[in-house]
Amino acid sequence: MSKITRRKFLAGSVAGSAAIAMAPTKKAFGANLEGFPDGMGVLVDLTRCVGCRSCEAACNKEQKLPEPDKSFDDFSVFDERPHGEHRRPTEKTYTVVNRYDQTKTEPVYRKIQCNHCNEPACLTSCFVNAYKKTPEGAVIYNDKVCVGCRNCMIACPFNIPAFSYSSALNPIIKKCIFCYDTRLKDGQVPACVESCPQQVMLFGKRKELIRVAHARIRRSPGKYVDHLYGENEVGGTGWLYLSAVPFKEAGFNVSLPNEPIINNVKDFLAIVPMVLAIWPALFTGFHLLSTKGKSHGHGEGHSHEEQEEH
Amino acid sequence: MINSGKKLMTGLAGLLFCCLVAVSCYATDFFPETIEMNVLTDLYGGVVFDHDLHVMITEGCAVCHHHTTGTPVVDSYCAKCHADEGPVETVSCQGCHTLEPVTAQSMREQRDVYRYHDDKPDLKAAYHLSCLGCHMEFGAPAGCQDCHARTEAGDAFFRSGQFAPAGSAVGPAH
Repeated sequence: MSKITRRKFLAGSVAGSAAIAMAPTKKAFGANLEGFPDGMGVLVDLTRCVGCRSCEAACNKEQKLPEPDKSFDDFSVFDERPHGEHRRPTEKTYTVVNRYDQTKTEPVYRKIQCNHCNEPACLTSCFVNAYKKTPEGAVIYNDKVCVGCRNCMIACPFNIPAFSYSSALNPIIKKCIFCYDTRLKDGQVPACVESCPQQVMLFGKRKELIRVAHARIRRSPGKYVDHLYGENEVGGTGWLYLSAVPFKEAGFNVSLPNEPIINNVKDFLAIVPMVLAIWPALFTGFHLLSTKGKSHGHGEGHSHEEQEEH
Repeated sequence: MINSGKKLMTGLAGLLFCCLVAVSCYATDFFPETIEMNVLTDLYGGVVFDHDLHVMITEGCAVCHHHTTGTPVVDSYCAKCHADEGPVETVSCQGCHTLEPVTAQSMREQRDVYRYHDDKPDLKAAYHLSCLGCHMEFGAPAGCQDCHARTEAGDAFFRSGQFAPAGSAVGPAH
């Protein structure tokens, strides 16, 4: 009797844990999201940018950011190399324009800000669930629940979230929110896009922007590198880039996978519920079975044999 | 030999002079000498565009006017449809390029009307892309305030001039 129970129990446990291990992988994590179908984005055509910094000024005004260190018409910022790198967004500037000098051609200017990923790594790394990807395509965050752990800064493949180091009492994350509160949720063009004199940026549904971008490449094949940065990188981003020079030479990270960052840890995360829920029960079961009938201490070697005979 | 050479040179110079006069007369007769671009003023004042000067120094009207003036089309993309056309009614920039910012949606709507005018910039971008592109290529003045003076609202926007951050080294004009 006890033999069959034990066998049944083991078979059942293995089948159960396998089912639990597989099921959430397929259902909760398995399918790659294509983002919200009507998610908005911005197509950035780097061939048009002249580095006037109007977008930086517009962002400062729209987001009511603090006074900058230098005027927005001061182009000496392009020579700054804080920590040996080009400038990056900070708590005071949610977008920055950088100049990348080229050996053969004129310098390339590139505006950086949050790329508003389809599957944001910042969002998945946040343990207080401060981040949210809205149906309009913006990756926004609730600064009231942010505890300032800076996990998102490590998770972001584009080094975008900035930290309010200047705040001693309540340091939190600061980043571009696609003008969500003031413009995007009403279907309006973001401030930086509107301010650009060269129409470097085109606002629209991400799906349409991809079409426009490929049409531009087809129309002027000699002008552009045949790649739309952000179409596939890390599962797709809301902001997309066209360039005349190889993306690496415009400072882009070209080693990013096409899979969302969360995929790096999906398999591991799928095992966590199994380990936490199944293992205690499983091993308790093992323990109970292996100690059945000998619960009253050691040294009763014959009791096991007696049990077998029953 | 020397005489005939001289005659040829004089003749050529005369011909060139006549051409220049003809072109400039043509320009002043049928086109405005200057154009005031002042529909978009906010951060910057308007621009008084010396149309005459630009008629003289560009290859042809079509460099800026695409296919609308009836002169030989320069852009091969426009030429696919408009290679042998006469002048059209709308020639001014703002006749075609909109004041409102272009979005992917407005582009799509435009495409339904004019099949191949599907990537048309708005007026602000049309001005800048056309003017600045040439100015940078040929080494003409290309700074913002080389063409239009910044307004007080512009100074506030760029945090420059009297609105410059304390301790920054930049003066009123870049």
